Amino acid sequence: MSNENVDRSKRRFLVAMSSAVGGVAAAGAAVPFVMSMLPSAKALAAGAPVEVDLSKVEPGMQLTAEWRGKPIWIVHRTPEMLDLLGRHDDKLTDPNSEKTSQQPEYCKNPTRSIHPQYLIAIGICTHLGCSPTYRKEIGAADLGADWPGGFFCPCHGSRFDLAARVFKGSPAPTNLVIPPHKYLSETMVLIGEDAKA
Amino acid sequence: MEKLMNWVDARFPLTATYKAHLSEYFAPKNFNFWYYFGSLALLVLVIQIVSGIFLTMNYKPDANLAFASVEYIMRDVEWGWLIRYIHSTGASAFFVVVYLHMFRGIIYGSYRQPRELIWIFGVLIFLVLMGEAFFGYLLPWGQMSYWGAQVIVNLFATVPFIGEDLSILIRGDYVISDATLNRFFAFHVIAFPLVLLGLVAVHLVALHEVGSNNPDGVEIKKHKDPVTHRPLDGIPFHPYYTVKDILGVVVFLIAFSAVVFFAPEMGGYFLEANNFIPADPLKTPEHIAPVWYFTPYYAILRAIPPILGSQFPGVAAMGVSVLIFFALPWLDRSPVKSIRYRGPKFKIALTLFVIAFIGLGWLGILPATELYTWIARVLTVVYFGFFFLMPWYTKNDTSKPEPERVTLK
Amino acid sequence: MNKLLHILLFLPLTAFASGAAVPLDRAPVNYKNQESLQRGAAVFVNYCLSCHSANYMRYSRLTDIGLTEPQIKDKLLYATDKVGNTMSVAMRTHEAKEWFGAAPPDLTVITRSRGADWVYTYLRSFYRDDSRPTGWNNTVFDKVGMPHVMQDLQGHLAPVYRSETDHEGGTHQVIDRLELAKPGRMTQAEYDALVGDLVNYMAWMGEPAKGKRLNTGLGVMLFLFVFFLVAFYLKKEYWKDVH
Repeated sequence: MSNENVDRSKRRFLVAMSSAVGGVAAAGAAVPFVMSMLPSAKALAAGAPVEVDLSKVEPGMQLTAEWRGKPIWIVHRTPEMLDLLGRHDDKLTDPNSEKTSQQPEYCKNPTRSIHPQYLIAIGICTHLGCSPTYRKEIGAADLGADWPGGFFCPCHGSRFDLAARVFKGSPAPTNLVIPPHKYLSETMVLIGEDAKA
Repeated sequence: MEKLMNWVDARFPLTATYKAHLSEYFAPKNFNFWYYFGSLALLVLVIQIVSGIFLTMNYKPDANLAFASVEYIMRDVEWGWLIRYIHSTGASAFFVVVYLHMFRGIIYGSYRQPRELIWIFGVLIFLVLMGEAFFGYLLPWGQMSYWGAQVIVNLFATVPFIGEDLSILIRGDYVISDATLNRFFAFHVIAFPLVLLGLVAVHLVALHEVGSNNPDGVEIKKHKDPVTHRPLDGIPFHPYYTVKDILGVVVFLIAFSAVVFFAPEMGGYFLEANNFIPADPLKTPEHIAPVWYFTPYYAILRAIPPILGSQFPGVAAMGVSVLIFFALPWLDRSPVKSIRYRGPKFKIALTLFVIAFIGLGWLGILPATELYTWIARVLTVVYFGFFFLMPWYTKNDTSKPEPERVTLK
Repeated sequence: MNKLLHILLFLPLTAFASGAAVPLDRAPVNYKNQESLQRGAAVFVNYCLSCHSANYMRYSRLTDIGLTEPQIKDKLLYATDKVGNTMSVAMRTHEAKEWFGAAPPDLTVITRSRGADWVYTYLRSFYRDDSRPTGWNNTVFDKVGMPHVMQDLQGHLAPVYRSETDHEGGTHQVIDRLELAKPGRMTQAEYDALVGDLVNYMAWMGEPAKGKRLNTGLGVMLFLFVFFLVAFYLKKEYWKDVH
């Protein structure tokens, strides 16, 4: 064994090359393993967009559908309900839906909807993930005389109006999420897919 | 950096371990082709553990769900087919590598004094590996899984007196069933791998204690540099054998990937056609044969005729054919270790043994006709003859003297 | 239990002798021929799926053979099914058992166990046999429980016998070939092409990842070849020290 006449720069180059190629090999081998942890075709199929027939929802009533394992509320808002929506903007954290992550662009409007009579929202409180309850009675005894109707979270008392906007002073930081959706006809809505997609 | 290393070394022997097992572990400089398979066995172990972990994320050890969950992995899980093919090919690759590794030990006398314990740990690894492969083979819950397990567990039933109870204990039922699948899953994914890892660790510790053998079968520790006390025929494992083993790993991966991507079924030997049919306890497939790596022992089993209506002699012979490897260090009486300096008798005996082993492996795949059974009987005698006659033919062989120092080519 | 073991160990002796008597025709399988796969998928849904399931196969996977989701919905799905569903079957197992004597097997991976050539030959080898409850028998699967579901396409085949002498000197009748006794709606070539498409689809369905597997494999091999060159020169450089 002798160490004279060793071309050190050649060795450094070959070690660097091998490390680089070996690193690529390790990273490449990791890709399929990591990707196998993504939702499978079965999970994707179960999470596919769902169709909901709105004609079944009477005015003033709420219907809960399921999309990707989450409750989706559909509330048929009466003209009176819609009328009340604009009167408490000063009490809301985000009355104009400025926070873009909480609704698709086409629902950034005062009623947070495509067709104003139908509210479609994900019924998961933005505080810690409970599902709030639908409380439509105006001025309900336990919610105060100025309660305009909306949703109340039993876990930590967050309050939302009938456009799923959060009231100031609630533990929930943001409005409820409006899922992507589109109307297939007057009464059929597809939840989980945009018109543009 | 140096400060950090000092901090660690004061608390954990990092530098000392690195030196003892890599940079200042001196391995003989004359390792040849046969010396790749030790590091490759370690690589396959890692491949099997990693791919196995990811398979358990989607596999369901339930008789009603197991078959479907494997197809779920093959279809619905992103890249699941690749992970499954890696694991199924890895099982066969493990045995290819381990058989070649054991063959290396036999031709160069690596089991001889002072390496008897390394060899014993190695044979234990081989036994555990066979169990691991057997348990794993039931999990896809196809027809071959089911009936293969049925046959092998019934072998235990032939043990006199306790056999019947023993086989029921293994199955947890009167036939292979959901209970069996569930416990085999537990053995396959946790119990046996833990034992395997422990055995691999002691196999390596024992090896690094006495140092590696080499193709000349001479001890490099006999000739040390008077100043540095390093073996004159040794070279540090790192970098010399790390770069050499990397080359071996790449060549192995080329062969391995060729199977995984272009022939995952390997003509029905790695994934069997009948295993794409869900297990049916009421219908035996037309032709059952074990997976290729068990066929030599299976052929021995079939070669021994039943005595007094009992299959036990065949089962016992099969058991002995595997356990006999333990005795090898004490059966060999040759004054030299390596085949390079042994006489013709050992070379003939070894050649016959290899022919018998491969021949039995081949016959184990085929259906048992009368002719084949007789050939299997002859080969079984040859197989055992290699071991039982070894004390005589190795002692009376005309061996050449071993050199003092290792030779290079 | 000893007896069972004996049977399992030595059974192949007899079983093997009886199998593999009929030569199989080569199935025109090509996983890259998308038109053929699409035609085959339609035949599969129309003719097989009423009794057999393909429980591990999702309709949505048909996008891999060039169909779009609306096409799958319109042409292949029942109104109530979703694209993400698997190809399940309405018939319940115990009812099927009553009808056919055995439950029709799931077909998802059938070509991986039987082989495409076997399925291709089998589907073209039904013949009239009045001794069978269904009125049908098959040259590659004797006494099969399945009737000839595509008889209106292929027509009726009848066996032509010839006598054969066995080793003991006795003669008996064996089927020499099948002849068309009553024409169907298709010519033989058309029917063979239809079954070819169907078997091609079934082979594809057995392993839908095959195309991806081969393509990925090619990339991996190329990469490993580069890795080999680097590793080879690295080893060579260091081993210059060893004399």
